[in-house]
Amino acid sequence: MHSISEKVMKIIFLICGLAIIFFLAGILFTLLSNSWPALREMGLAPFITPGRWNPGAYGEPTYSLFNMIYGTFMVTVGALVFAVPIGVAAAAYLAEIAAPWERELFKPIVEVLAGIPSVVLGFFGLVVIAPLISRIFYIPSGITALNGAILVGIMALPTIITLAEDAITAVPKEYRNASLALGGTRWQTIWKVTVPAAFSGITAASLLGMGRAIGETMTVLMVTGNMIAWPESFLDSVRTLSANIAIDIGDVVFNSIHFHALFVAGLLLFAITFLVNLLADILIHRNPEVNK
Amino acid sequence: MVKLNTRNIKRENETAVGYLNNLDEGQTENMENGYSEVKVEGLNFFYGSKQALFNVDIMVEEKGVAALIGPSGCGKSTFLRVLNRMNDLIPGTRLEGRVTVHGEDIYDPATDVVKLRKKVGMVFQQPNPFPKSIFDNIAYGPRIDGQKNKAVLSEIVEESLKGAALWDEVKDRLHEPALALSGGQQQRLCIARALAVQPRILLMDEPTSAIDPIATQRIEDLIRDLCTDYTIIIVTHNMQQAARISDNTGFFLQGEMVEWGKTSQLFTKPEDQRTEDYITGRFG
Repeated sequence: MHSISEKVMKIIFLICGLAIIFFLAGILFTLLSNSWPALREMGLAPFITPGRWNPGAYGEPTYSLFNMIYGTFMVTVGALVFAVPIGVAAAAYLAEIAAPWERELFKPIVEVLAGIPSVVLGFFGLVVIAPLISRIFYIPSGITALNGAILVGIMALPTIITLAEDAITAVPKEYRNASLALGGTRWQTIWKVTVPAAFSGITAASLLGMGRAIGETMTVLMVTGNMIAWPESFLDSVRTLSANIAIDIGDVVFNSIHFHALFVAGLLLFAITFLVNLLADILIHRNPEVNK
Repeated sequence: MVKLNTRNIKRENETAVGYLNNLDEGQTENMENGYSEVKVEGLNFFYGSKQALFNVDIMVEEKGVAALIGPSGCGKSTFLRVLNRMNDLIPGTRLEGRVTVHGEDIYDPATDVVKLRKKVGMVFQQPNPFPKSIFDNIAYGPRIDGQKNKAVLSEIVEESLKGAALWDEVKDRLHEPALALSGGQQQRLCIARALAVQPRILLMDEPTSAIDPIATQRIEDLIRDLCTDYTIIIVTHNMQQAARISDNTGFFLQGEMVEWGKTSQLFTKPEDQRTEDYITGRFG
């Protein structure tokens, strides 16, 4: 009797585990099968070579995602430039300097930050960051790539802080003791021993934060202006891949080439985030300190 | 083995030649001052409310090896860490009494702990090289001290490695990771790293307990070589080791320094019954 219930439980748990794989496979299959009609018709090249996104053009619609790939790249890199230094410094503070009560106070705050709905963050971008940017750079509108980068950076911060703190905490205390016993100050110990020793973990944290940033849709859509034209700088409007899908999906003709082209954009996003996460995973597992 | 006292090198010297010319300058100075190298009076030490050391008095003279022996948990490692204030890193510790290193009260509020630790180096139980190259490990101390000159750094690295009897084994692979070395080599690397900061005193906390017997013997030989230039205070759980390498020995028991004296004396004619019981193997 006992062993039967044991077996049943085991099977139920196994099914739940397999469901994850099933969902992932299902999503990938959906993306592929719905992209296929567009890819079969045109191949991949028109999507990723320079050109315009103009699916509604009469006679000769064009489907180049090139500017949006670049826009996504701008927002993501901008977000990392903003978030990685702040995130790593905050993680180093939490792991190495903060008193226990400070840590107790700070960590829930980081979690709250992670839980803010992206739409709400978009409001913040519209009414606070946008006017700030327009005033600082003397431009008519602060609805720019920079705005999106800052907000996405804020969204990536909790991931980066939490994972980087784990990586720094995992550095053996023997390294710290060695540095301090050699007459190193706490500051020197953190920046010359602890953080470098946690380097691959910190890189992985940044990449996972980046994975978050690449796919972020709503916030970016609200604050970057979504112009399809090639952005000259961070003070121009950009449209990202994810924003493009969200904008067009509302009035696209079901099962048209345009519809399937949007799935190609989704497939590209999926591929990029998958590669970034894979890279992060490899770095985490290569890091002996985290493995210990 | 090439032996060089690199202790008194003036840091403002930017050339290796100037670096070497300044050797031994400070030593005569020390003699004239007439201070004990380490003097501890009435030391009580607490972890929170738990007292770990009781009224310890000790005077260690310059040069030579002082060994601290005693059963596990007797406070000998705690005592060692008092001398370079590594106990400061443990929250809730407290200390009473007076500890002077070369005449300076190291628990005076004005004491610069960073300077103290440069003067009082430490080698730990587990070899703990940084996950960096051999060269960068040795150069770490001088670098954080502001030394940027490559020629000077190379000179320091070579002298320190020679001082720790490791140079011949690693001279062709200075830029390989230190963690690729064997345990015994890593420990000698840690000694070299400590030497590179030009300390006066070297504290060693059971430096051979994680190392095989042959590597242990090399480190014991090294300690004997180094003690003509440095004051070495070593904690060991191994009485034979203390007898082999030390000039003076202190016996700790339950946080008390039971006996302190010449090693030859302590191991043959101990004054205290408890010392005799311990060294003859009746407990511990």
